[in-house]
Amino acid sequence: MIEINNVSKAYGAFQVLIDCTTQVAKGEVVVVCGPSGSGKSTLIKTINGLEPIQKGDILVNGTNVCSPKTNLSKLRSKVGMVFQHFELFPHLTITENLTLGQIKVLGRGKDEATEKGLKLLERVGLKTQADKHPGQLSGGQQQRVAIARALSMDPVAMLFDEPTSALDPEMINEVLDVMVELAREGMTMMCVTHEMGFAKKVAHRVIFMDEGKILEDTPKDEFFGNVDQRTDRAKQFLSRILHH
Amino acid sequence: MAYEFDVSLINPANLKVLGEGMVVSLEITLTGVLVGIVWGSILAMMRLSSIRPLSWFAEAYVTVCRSIPLVMVLLWFFLIVPQLLQKTFNLSAATDLRMTSSLIAFSLFEAAYCSEIIRAGIQGVSRGQLFAAQALGMHYGQVMHLVILPQAFRNMLPLLLMQGIILFQDTSLVYVSALADFFGRAYDIGERDGRTVDMLLFAGLVYFVICFFASRVVKRLQKKAFI
Amino acid sequence: MSYLFHWGVFLEQASSSETYLDWIISGLKVTIAVGLCSWIIALAIGSVLGVMRTSQNKWASGFAGAYVELFRNIPLLVQLFIWYFVVPELLPGGDAIKKMSPVTQQFLAGVICLGTFTAARICEQVRSGISSLSHGQRNASLALGLTSSQSYRYVILPMAFRIIVPPLTTEFVNVFQNSAVASTIGLLDLAGQGRQLVDYTARPYESFIAVTLLYCLLNVAVMMLMRWIERRVRVPGFIGSK
Repeated sequence: MIEINNVSKAYGAFQVLIDCTTQVAKGEVVVVCGPSGSGKSTLIKTINGLEPIQKGDILVNGTNVCSPKTNLSKLRSKVGMVFQHFELFPHLTITENLTLGQIKVLGRGKDEATEKGLKLLERVGLKTQADKHPGQLSGGQQQRVAIARALSMDPVAMLFDEPTSALDPEMINEVLDVMVELAREGMTMMCVTHEMGFAKKVAHRVIFMDEGKILEDTPKDEFFGNVDQRTDRAKQFLSRILHH
Repeated sequence: MAYEFDVSLINPANLKVLGEGMVVSLEITLTGVLVGIVWGSILAMMRLSSIRPLSWFAEAYVTVCRSIPLVMVLLWFFLIVPQLLQKTFNLSAATDLRMTSSLIAFSLFEAAYCSEIIRAGIQGVSRGQLFAAQALGMHYGQVMHLVILPQAFRNMLPLLLMQGIILFQDTSLVYVSALADFFGRAYDIGERDGRTVDMLLFAGLVYFVICFFASRVVKRLQKKAFI
Repeated sequence: MSYLFHWGVFLEQASSSETYLDWIISGLKVTIAVGLCSWIIALAIGSVLGVMRTSQNKWASGFAGAYVELFRNIPLLVQLFIWYFVVPELLPGGDAIKKMSPVTQQFLAGVICLGTFTAARICEQVRSGISSLSHGQRNASLALGLTSSQSYRYVILPMAFRIIVPPLTTEFVNVFQNSAVASTIGLLDLAGQGRQLVDYTARPYESFIAVTLLYCLLNVAVMMLMRWIERRVRVPGFIGSK
């Protein structure tokens, strides 16, 4: 479904991504973890072309993201993305947030889009907030709406960029619950996250990054179960993060 | 339809006249900025003080100055103030008070704008700084002098300089009081020789070059001084 | 200092059909007309320039930057004189302009000058409004599949304009104040009428106080209008960006 082949990226002289290669198969849930500045957020943003790359290529469902002939807009509509700071559109109501993409990008009719939007809202448990504005919702509620917004485009894969990092501790679970359910339904997911509990529950594979390189790319049980076989850096990271 | 630009207009005689005009422009600018900063600082402190009448007066002063066009203020000062000053100081009617009235007008007007910049600069220093200084045991005067004002000044200096550049441009308005600044002289030469087009474009070019480079310098200063 | 205020002067006949008060009112109307026309031009040009300034395209951004530098570094009065005296001489269709009535020429020069001048300032406001929105908004809209122009139209600009209503208010007020400069080329706006009144009635204090009061009133009206607009477009729950 998603193929990342020898991807490298630099900001001026600073190398953000160094020769990264990995894949995400259909229905797979891959968690990407690592220290700050390891490039994990950048990596996930290259998949839908939000961050351009200098070397390598990326294929989403067979389409090459970096080729100039690719219709990026169409590609992006097929891949859903959820951001750390929710990024709902503050001047639109919740319903409008959910229908904007459907109407303007997918060309759906207003009624059809609204119906779909409300169904998704109900699925994430927020039907009553349909006419409010994002500023009136809590962080956890906003993030759930953001997930619904991404789902409203009927994506083939979902990308999550630290979806719970900006939330109060009390609200993390309500968002993780939605993500777990999504995983169990078979959605192809790639998540940058620190929530190892989530990884242990639904991830198939775990990728560990440090200083722009992919150091670990192992099945979940291997990663958490067989800690001695892991690289030193990964061991260090795990020991610090798991004893919170 | 090529317009014939007369480059011979840029001759030593004309340049001397233009130079004198530029001196007038710069004189007004400098006076306006200096007096504006001094009077503006006082106004800013008045505005921030807890003495109601002072604060109210400063606010009213600034609001009025910002509601009236500068052209009107200059016209007013040109037509009314000389008579006032002559009556008060018993000067002869022949005394040329155009320069004085322009200087006073610009200074009073600029002070309003400067006071807003200064006030914002002082308020822009975070309250945490005030608390930290007080927690060390400093009294109000020391806090202002040693902690707040140095930081405020570094933040407001570029803005005050930009205000100076704006003032330099505004000095061209003394045209309405027939005071001969750089623009006035340029226009006069144009009228006299029938080449208004050339002289107006020349004046525009000179102003552009001066203000463009001046604002570049200020921007570089802003980058260096920014806290 | 003895000066007898004679407020009745406004009701005196200036000519066969008008009182001096009529003159002032006519000046006020001209000022309002100049102000509104210039503001509309400035908003239109300034918004386009503001978007160009933030675009990735180097030519667009450079052009907008050059425009702003040009119009900000030349005094307004000089610009006005150039529009009034120089442009008709240099422009191919200039002779047609010179044949128009003086009032039309003055009005046109005033409006175009003020409009283009203010557009440069609005460009900077729009640019700062757009850049104050986090990158995340742009990313989120693109991630949905919106094209760049859709992203500007439906997400970025609606918020950017709401954010800049306060500085735009200041610019709107400035437009009416700057319009007074047009009196120097003879346009009989409020400032121009004020000066005429002094010449005709030899009553400088009353004339100037009246004109000043009207400018202040104009100010107040503009600020109230903008405050009403700000309330109307306010986004519930939104305090500030970033």
